[in-house]
Amino acid sequence: MATVTFDHMYKRYGDDVIAVNDLNLEIADGEFLVLVGPSGCGKTTALRCVAGLEDISDGRLLIGDRVVNNVAPKDRDIAMVFQSYALYPHMTVYDNLAFGLKLRKINKSDIDKRVKEAAGILGLERFLDRKPKALSGGQRQRVALGRAIVREPSVFLMDEPLSNLDAKLRVQTRAEIARLHQRLGTTTIYVTHDQVEAMTMGDRICVMRDGLLQQVGSPQDLYDNPVNIFVAGFIGSPSMNFAATKAEGKDLMFGGAKLELTGAQARAAESRPAGAEVLIGFRPEHIEIANGQGGSAVRFPAKVDVVEYLGNEELIHAQAEGNEIVALLPSDRKVAVGDSVDLAVPMEKLHIFDPESEKTLVG
Amino acid sequence: MTAANPPATGSGTDDAKRPGAGFPWAALIFLGPAGLLLLVFLAFPIVYTFFLSFNRGRGGEFSDWVGLDNWIRLFTQDPNFLRLGFPPSGALWNNVLWIVFYVSLTVLLGLILAVMATRVRYEALIKGIVFLPQAIAATSLAIIWRFVYAPDPETGLLNAVLGVGGVGPLSVLGSPDTVNWALIAVGVWGSVGFATVILSAAIKGISSEVLEAARVDGANETQIFWRIIVPMVSLPISVVAVTLVVNVIKLFDIIFVMTGGGPGASSRVIAFSMYQEAFPQGQFGYGAAIAVVMLLLLIPVMIFNIRRFRAEAVQS
Repeated sequence: MATVTFDHMYKRYGDDVIAVNDLNLEIADGEFLVLVGPSGCGKTTALRCVAGLEDISDGRLLIGDRVVNNVAPKDRDIAMVFQSYALYPHMTVYDNLAFGLKLRKINKSDIDKRVKEAAGILGLERFLDRKPKALSGGQRQRVALGRAIVREPSVFLMDEPLSNLDAKLRVQTRAEIARLHQRLGTTTIYVTHDQVEAMTMGDRICVMRDGLLQQVGSPQDLYDNPVNIFVAGFIGSPSMNFAATKAEGKDLMFGGAKLELTGAQARAAESRPAGAEVLIGFRPEHIEIANGQGGSAVRFPAKVDVVEYLGNEELIHAQAEGNEIVALLPSDRKVAVGDSVDLAVPMEKLHIFDPESEKTLVG
Repeated sequence: MTAANPPATGSGTDDAKRPGAGFPWAALIFLGPAGLLLLVFLAFPIVYTFFLSFNRGRGGEFSDWVGLDNWIRLFTQDPNFLRLGFPPSGALWNNVLWIVFYVSLTVLLGLILAVMATRVRYEALIKGIVFLPQAIAATSLAIIWRFVYAPDPETGLLNAVLGVGGVGPLSVLGSPDTVNWALIAVGVWGSVGFATVILSAAIKGISSEVLEAARVDGANETQIFWRIIVPMVSLPISVVAVTLVVNVIKLFDIIFVMTGGGPGASSRVIAFSMYQEAFPQGQFGYGAAIAVVMLLLLIPVMIFNIRRFRAEAVQS
């Protein structure tokens, strides 16, 4: 087991494409770190740099205490799970698992023991004699995981390993990978574009965009305190509502409605000159129907457009001061299309961003 | 007018007009011409040749029934066709040499070139150059190589090169010890482009993630070649190998142009022997026996091909 350190790492293609831009990140021993971002954000490139499948253009990459910039993939003591599984189609499941061990000249009985053990953990004992094409997608996925774990590497690298599975299997396998990580405790770097996967699996999440690291933190940290508009919109489902307002002292004008702020939110508004544009953000699940009582919340009127019934909850699409707002409300609220309602957002759940720098103004 | 009308629909009572009922006239009309052509130009000549091999067959006609004489002579009394001993020799043995060395060298070089070509910038150019001999008629190719092998260093590139090293001049086509190897080298040169192009297409079909997985698993490039790439393109390899085996059994032009089967009969192959016995020598019955041998040699290859196509059909 080992730490992984990106030290001002760059990956450039040609002169004008910077896939990974000055990445600084330390991954602790035994940590499960998720690299997440939209496609093209550099997350897979960063992972491939750790694997040694891409050269680093600048900076250093360390596995443990060793700089591995010029170390071949096979000498890095890593194992990788690929998006397409990348099983060897001409080998049986057993040989797929054993291939890496055979290359390392481990003796036959040890190989056999380790392959059987990995197959046991992943429930693959019955399939050891089969070729990959005779397996279902989920089974192939487990073989790909098995091929990584038999190697007993110090770091696991996983490149969107669940994206080829159907929704149900994805949830199952997600739990299986989490269980595997608890059991083995191996440092894992996991790449995904799916923020739900990131939130459910990661000890820490690293959000990337356009090659730049946006924010690293625990799932809850990212959810509660996003540092910029991108992270705020990317993390959470359904995603955060944004609306333009104007600063007015320690309050904000949201169209005709005045949002009276207190605490950190008020200080954020005050930091802006009067009349300056300020972006507010609030999550659908934090919206409530205002009940006329006091309490520390901002209130604004809205008109309900569409109601999507989800069972326990309803997704309400509403218009508020020219903005489309999505609210997730308990379905016993009985909101109907065409209703005019007063919506409320608790003060501490209100995010305030500078529209220029896109950074948060709170905290 | 009535004949041009489409068949009435919905009458439904006339069984003979339904497809699948009655005599399949439509099938006969569509398959008949092709079947007739196969019968006249394929089945009949095979049967004719088979019977001819039991005749002396002067003038290509059935005359002088000799029973198994041609066959007995072919396998026991004709050192030009087969001489068992150590080392064996004769046309049939030369074909064995060709099958073993020409086929394996062509496939191996084709594979290596295909793998290497995918890793350089001028891939299309390199493949174009390697493929070029395929575009040259075999007779022209043979003439080019006759010049290369010419004993006179003024004309012969090979001896010019050897001369720089102080060796030679050698007459590689003039010595029974070297002639077959020199000819096999020409054959490989002429066919390696074919192998390269087919195998390179197959190699490109291998997902790059599989190769990367092997690299992460600890394989070096040689191990990736032998343990991942070669097994994964085994089907195209067998396609290429079978095609080359068929080429060898039919091989004639290079031998005819470059050596005329010589020196002596040391570079003869069976197709050349067939031609030599039947036409210049006029022994059509004996030539027919050799032709039947060629046919018999091709049968296992065909069975292999048919089996493989069936296996593919089952897979897909």
